[in-house]
Amino acid sequence: MLSIKNLKAEIEGKKILNGLNLEVKAGEVHAIMGPNGAGKSTLSAVLAGRADYEVTEGTVDFDGKDLLELSPEDRAREGVFLAFQYPIEIPGVSNTNFLKTAINEKRKYQGLEPMEATDFLKMMREKMELVEMDKSLTSRSLNEGFSGGEKKRNEIFQMAMLEPKLGILDETDSGLDIDALRLVSEGVNKLRNKERSFIVITHYQRLLDYIVPDFVHVLYKGRIVKSGDASLAKELEEKGYDWIKQEVEANS
Amino acid sequence: MSDTQEVDIIDQVVSQEYKYGFTTDIEMDSAPMGLSEEIVRFISAKKNEPEWMLEWRLKAYRYWLTLEEPNWQNFKLAPIDYQKIIYYAAPKEKIKLDSLDQVDPELLKTFEKLGISLTEQKRLTGVAVDAVFDSVSIATTFKDQLAEKGVIFCAISEALHEHPELVKKYIGSVVPYTDNYFSALNAAVFSDGSFVYIPKGVRCPMELSTYFRINAENTGQFERTLIIADDNSYVSYLEGCTAPMRDENQLHAAVVELVAMEKAEIKYSTVQNWYPGDKDGKGGIYNFVTKRGSCEGAHSKISWTQVETGSAITWKYPSCILKGDYSNGEFFSVAVTNNMQQADTGTKMIHIGKNTKSRIVSKGISAGKSHNTYRGLVKVNKKAENARNHTQCDSMLIGSRSGAHTFPYLEISNNTATVEHEASTSKIGEDQIFYCNQRGIGTEEAIGLIVNGFCKEVLNQLPMEFAVEAQKLLAVSLEGSVG
Repeated sequence: MLSIKNLKAEIEGKKILNGLNLEVKAGEVHAIMGPNGAGKSTLSAVLAGRADYEVTEGTVDFDGKDLLELSPEDRAREGVFLAFQYPIEIPGVSNTNFLKTAINEKRKYQGLEPMEATDFLKMMREKMELVEMDKSLTSRSLNEGFSGGEKKRNEIFQMAMLEPKLGILDETDSGLDIDALRLVSEGVNKLRNKERSFIVITHYQRLLDYIVPDFVHVLYKGRIVKSGDASLAKELEEKGYDWIKQEVEANS
Repeated sequence: MSDTQEVDIIDQVVSQEYKYGFTTDIEMDSAPMGLSEEIVRFISAKKNEPEWMLEWRLKAYRYWLTLEEPNWQNFKLAPIDYQKIIYYAAPKEKIKLDSLDQVDPELLKTFEKLGISLTEQKRLTGVAVDAVFDSVSIATTFKDQLAEKGVIFCAISEALHEHPELVKKYIGSVVPYTDNYFSALNAAVFSDGSFVYIPKGVRCPMELSTYFRINAENTGQFERTLIIADDNSYVSYLEGCTAPMRDENQLHAAVVELVAMEKAEIKYSTVQNWYPGDKDGKGGIYNFVTKRGSCEGAHSKISWTQVETGSAITWKYPSCILKGDYSNGEFFSVAVTNNMQQADTGTKMIHIGKNTKSRIVSKGISAGKSHNTYRGLVKVNKKAENARNHTQCDSMLIGSRSGAHTFPYLEISNNTATVEHEASTSKIGEDQIFYCNQRGIGTEEAIGLIVNGFCKEVLNQLPMEFAVEAQKLLAVSLEGSVG
């Protein structure tokens, strides 16, 4: 489903990703961990198509399409969803209106008619229940005045509504207390299925107690330097990142 | 996002074609170019006006001659040559129309193209229209149905003949010709406009609407609208306007007067879409309009809602004079400027009666290299006990080359007044746009969404039928402004 080969990217001339390789198959959950400044958020930004990052080398194949050639909105319409570390506020635009626009833009891209209002509302109700989203949040302005936890839950709710093929969670656990973390994780787990893949970017292991990954990768200096299963995350939690750094330095 | 990318985006969104720029080819009956007493007499004669009207016009003209063009505004204005304007232009053949069947089909087609059907069965139900083409009113729909309720809705030139006592009593009563340079000019040369009278106790059964179209070259449009709502009556009125794309600037200097008697309410909405000029600032309408309403009676209410997207320059301050005790004035405004457009707009709330209330909500959006100014006066007179005002003034900038300015003036002469002012300036963030993009929403749609969200409070004030139009208009006028 997603195949990243030798990806190199920079921002304002500063090299961040230095030949990253990653294969994600349908239904798999991959966790990307790593120390601060390793390039974790850059990876999510490059996959989503943020214009301030320049890809200098490498390829990203998404379901047979050259992802890097697509505009950010077309990537989204093809099924890439990024749950933002810092979700953006848009005053005066209700969540409902925002999602209706997003869904209908995607449908237009797929050559479909806009969704009937009744079908849309039904879908809203179902997905709200699924991710235990508070009803009042959908009629309020998008993320405006939401608490940190509410914003993150809203990201998961949007993901549920847009039904992507690939969900990228960018440090979704940051700033969440333990209850909010559990709620958000449960939402994600309910969205896991055989078709849908996830890339879970996190600094801490605790999120992975709730969202148990199939693979864990350690990102350091813009490359994946170590991969393993969920137990690797535990090891990192105990030992920190220093031993990985030393390993990398020794090998180079 | 980097600066260069931002600029590209803005250039794209700001360069949308004006959709109403076509011209209608029709034989015109025009006054010779230029302004003189002769021209004033010519216009008055064309309208077959009573002597008192001509006298009033001439007084206004002579007064205008003593005035100088104002220069306190916050925009650049090249001197206007008032002798290079045609002050009267009307489609020929218009003798006296008894029914729509006699309207030139070319004109009907023009209004169809603008989305304004003058054929009653095709009209939006519940909206009566007066269509003004250059200097004359072409047709007014649903007149008979309105007449059943005693509502008068017709061209002001017609009202001069049919209801001279009403016109004589109220014309110039809210905006005297001595008010300002452009009101004096308008009083001298106004050619048509709408007249509305709602009798006591009547709630006008449908929305009233006037649609203004400038077509002829080198002409100015000087219409005059007069709306009187008698005791305990209600009316909602909407005006719309467009003009062809022309390289020279055209002057639109209208006057609107509203009179609300005891417990009457007038809701006046404008969706202004005059040709804004091209993206280098060539051509476009100068929209210099004096709009004022007088809350004469106790508990009366006047509410202005304006969505200003067109014109090269918009210069106007729809105002309320709150004379009646417990009267209420509102001003809701969205002003969008793009490319080289300039706007200096706002309101005046003059509190005279006791326990009067006013509310101002202004949303200014500037894109391209445009400048957008809010200018507002809240005045509380000595005897206006317990006056209350709340002003909210928000500006949004798109790109880094546009400007937003705010000039709030307060003159408070009574210490029981409560006056509040809130202001904010924000910028459409690249982050907001990217967030929308990441959900599959393209940049232009994203800007439309963000801007409509920003203006929601004002758009909610528009009659339903027009709110959707206005939303689309906002999106279109900013198309090409971010990317």
